[in-house]
Amino acid sequence: MKFIVWLNALLLSTVMFGQNCSNTLTGYVIDLHDSSVLTEVTLIIAGSEISTITDKEGKYSISNLCARTYTLQVSHPECETQVVKVVVNGNTTRNINMEHHLESLGDVELVAHAHKAKSRTATEQIVAHDILEQNSSGSLGDALNNLSGVTSLNTGNTVVKPVIQGLHSSRIVLITDGTRLQDQEWGVEHAPNIDINAAGEVTVIKGAAGLQYGGDAVGGTIIIEPEKVPVKDTLFGRTIYTGASNGRGGTITSSLTKSFNNGWYASINGTYKRFGDFEAPDYVLSNTGIDEKNISARIGINKYLFGLEASYSLVDKESGILRSSHLGGAEDLVIAINSDRPFIVEDFTYKIDAPRQDVKHQVLKVNGFYRFENFGKLSSQLSYQRNNRLEFDIRRDSEDTRPSIDLQLESTSGQIDFEYTADKTITAKAGISGTFQEHFPNPSTGVRRLIPDYEAYHFGLYTLGSKDFGALTIEAGFRYDYNRIEAEKFYTTSFWEERGYDIEFANFEVEESGNQIFVTPDFDYHNFSATIGTAYEFNTNNNIAFNYSLASRSPNVSELFSDGLHQSAARIELGDLSFKQEVANKFSINFEHNTKDWGFKIAPFANFIDNFILIEPTGIQQTIRGNFQVWEYRQTQARLLGFDIDNRIQLYKNLELNSQFSIVKGKDIALDNTIIDIPSASTRNAITYRIPEVNNLNLKLESNFVFRQNEFPDNNFEVFLVETETTEIVDISTPPDAYHLINFRGDIDFAINKKSTLNLSLMVNNIFNTKYREYLNRQRFFADDLGRNILLQLKVSY
Amino acid sequence: MKNLTKHLVIALTTLSLFSCGDDDDSTPDIINEEEVITTLIATFTDPATSETITLQSQDLDGDTGDAPVVTVSGSFSADTTYEGTVQFLNETESPAEDITEEVEEEDDEHQVFYTFSSDLDGSITYTSFDGDGNPLGTTADLDAGDASMGTLTITLRHEPTKPNDGTLADAGGETDIQVSFPVTIE
Repeated sequence: MKFIVWLNALLLSTVMFGQNCSNTLTGYVIDLHDSSVLTEVTLIIAGSEISTITDKEGKYSISNLCARTYTLQVSHPECETQVVKVVVNGNTTRNINMEHHLESLGDVELVAHAHKAKSRTATEQIVAHDILEQNSSGSLGDALNNLSGVTSLNTGNTVVKPVIQGLHSSRIVLITDGTRLQDQEWGVEHAPNIDINAAGEVTVIKGAAGLQYGGDAVGGTIIIEPEKVPVKDTLFGRTIYTGASNGRGGTITSSLTKSFNNGWYASINGTYKRFGDFEAPDYVLSNTGIDEKNISARIGINKYLFGLEASYSLVDKESGILRSSHLGGAEDLVIAINSDRPFIVEDFTYKIDAPRQDVKHQVLKVNGFYRFENFGKLSSQLSYQRNNRLEFDIRRDSEDTRPSIDLQLESTSGQIDFEYTADKTITAKAGISGTFQEHFPNPSTGVRRLIPDYEAYHFGLYTLGSKDFGALTIEAGFRYDYNRIEAEKFYTTSFWEERGYDIEFANFEVEESGNQIFVTPDFDYHNFSATIGTAYEFNTNNNIAFNYSLASRSPNVSELFSDGLHQSAARIELGDLSFKQEVANKFSINFEHNTKDWGFKIAPFANFIDNFILIEPTGIQQTIRGNFQVWEYRQTQARLLGFDIDNRIQLYKNLELNSQFSIVKGKDIALDNTIIDIPSASTRNAITYRIPEVNNLNLKLESNFVFRQNEFPDNNFEVFLVETETTEIVDISTPPDAYHLINFRGDIDFAINKKSTLNLSLMVNNIFNTKYREYLNRQRFFADDLGRNILLQLKVSY
Repeated sequence: MKNLTKHLVIALTTLSLFSCGDDDDSTPDIINEEEVITTLIATFTDPATSETITLQSQDLDGDTGDAPVVTVSGSFSADTTYEGTVQFLNETESPAEDITEEVEEEDDEHQVFYTFSSDLDGSITYTSFDGDGNPLGTTADLDAGDASMGTLTITLRHEPTKPNDGTLADAGGETDIQVSFPVTIE
């Protein structure tokens, strides 16, 4: 290299007819906007092969230049390439300004993804893009399961809801591309409507510290960001095909992005997923197929000073619900629980019958930002979301193809945020947001609505900031949210009176009609949330963070209004109009040690929740359909304690051992009892062998051990069986046994041509076809979980 | 360009502040539960005397609220065979929907079970069958034996295994309706 430089210099000097060519040009390359220096900027003297790269201080130096005007081409992967004319006359100093785009744009190579921490002091974890790609045929919940402290609440294996440190549903705020997902997340069998294939990176904040996203994240916040688009002339894409033995289906997903030097870009992503009945080790899980079609597109312009984007996404998912999980009353439940096998096991089919869900979620959004140089960035967005949820139950009349539940939630949201960027040691953000929602349960179902018609208004404002004092960082934030709900509901008069609502809420009564009463309950909630934390870096290898966050969550529509049989759960669910908001105080510590050979992270937490809303069985209701168990929501004081550990050891040059362990203990302090549905302790250990020389070959063997949950409340109840004239205990409480699954994954890269690579991977989940049931799978009463699954994945990047 | 963008940003900002939706103040439609069976009426007639005994269960307010009202019109006579028919109604609709018709139309997907407690001396002979010749049970003969007291439980199962051995446990499926009647044979 040096030789070439010398040679060129020599040649140049020859050309220059023996001028004085011993001048040196030096200078810094500086980010125009925050005056920081830029490293690894390439400078090339036009028309020559003389080039140099800026060093760690952002300094460059080119020697042996003649006294004349040179044209320099200055380039950096994250900046627009510039051409600069420099007059060299003697030893010359010239600083060069560049526009650095890292803050709003990512890099195309995706090798060193520039992750920006969402919170400075809370426990935060990231699911990288490659893990998301590996789960291309799964769901968001499956991918998040790879993180310590994150488990899932399943209905079968296709309806997967993330659980963060023991909490789920309305207690988790899901942000997709900057917008809060409004998809009726209150239901335990409502999985988030996210296409995992459209996500670039997923961050999980285990707690309510992400105040910019919402103040009600009692459990945590999941932030999904799309892949970033570079500002340069490029066209790239990828296609992933996954074929799986279990379910005999697969997924194909493809994305294409076109971007230009001038900042314009467009991107499109499509996914089709189709599976038939999945299989447990011993039998087919009849009616568990899935048919999912997703598409997302965006177009925008991204300049340094401003940006504007319009985007649209559709997730359309139809999933079968295990046929045998559809029950009549408590007597059917006894029979199901006492039976080893599901009642209905049929031959494998791709057909999806009732019971099934068909959910469509659409998001239409416009967002933009404007940057005030050396001051800050103003962003704004406007979004419209429509969630259509159809649930088809087994109707008495099989000719009747109407859904039993037909809900539509429309949400329109606006948001303005301002981020102060002038001082590198300070982060400061403030913003306001507003949402209007309209919920319409279609009466044509002929089934009484559990969730009523309602309109909801939300207004929120927050401020959040941090300041670095050398190794010490302090963070604090505050948020206020106002929620108003205006509902219109028919209660059965007898129920309305039995609950005493006719006295307590007489002002909501409008009119009686037959044996039903029409009421218009209105509620206002004022919620305050806050966070304060501190982080300290002992040295480059060790750091610790402490965070306290206060979160407040208004009761959701299910907790307020449920008043009858929830067919998919075969139980009567009763809400309570007098609920107050839930208030959580969470303390978390995060200690991290990181060296090349050893990485260790421990994150203990304590979450104290006032007015914690939980649902549990309270008795048996005699109905003409037989006896049903009644589950009532109630409020109590809860305490959740636990910790997550992540450990990485470089055993040998290419051999790495990764371990995780998580545990949560839940306690109902008011009743001095355990809390239902707390995830079991689990440990995940993986050994990975990498041979980069052999086409990036990776081999990974993983062990996933889930302990039995030994702390559970006894909610068993008795039911009289007419046939045997015996009273049987319905054991709905006892958790299933511990289980241990072994998984394998291997992948290898092949270069197709200069631009395209093919990645081939083989995954075998549950290698030994182990029979198991998971405590947090709602179908554990009816059937075993999935058996062995062999997946072959082809990924082409171009 | 810069100005245009500024305007766009301002427009966005304004929009997001004043984006409150449409107001339609129409009252939602009342739903009279169509899936529910509110009423079971089982009529047993002694063909010799035309004497009729009616067993009825009625729960007009659905699953929550008040419990069903169960009535038995009289006692069965010992050593007598009654011709029975059972009728299912949804009385939340007006006029009441006769669900028996639906059950008979989809006879292969339904079966009515009659379960006598051990202290009651009675038995059932099915007189209605589905297309495959398996019992349906919307009509059945009841043989009242010796004088005794106990319960007779009538269960309508949806999608039971057919054929079955006549017990609920073997039949499986889902319970659409189940009522236990206190019955006396004298």
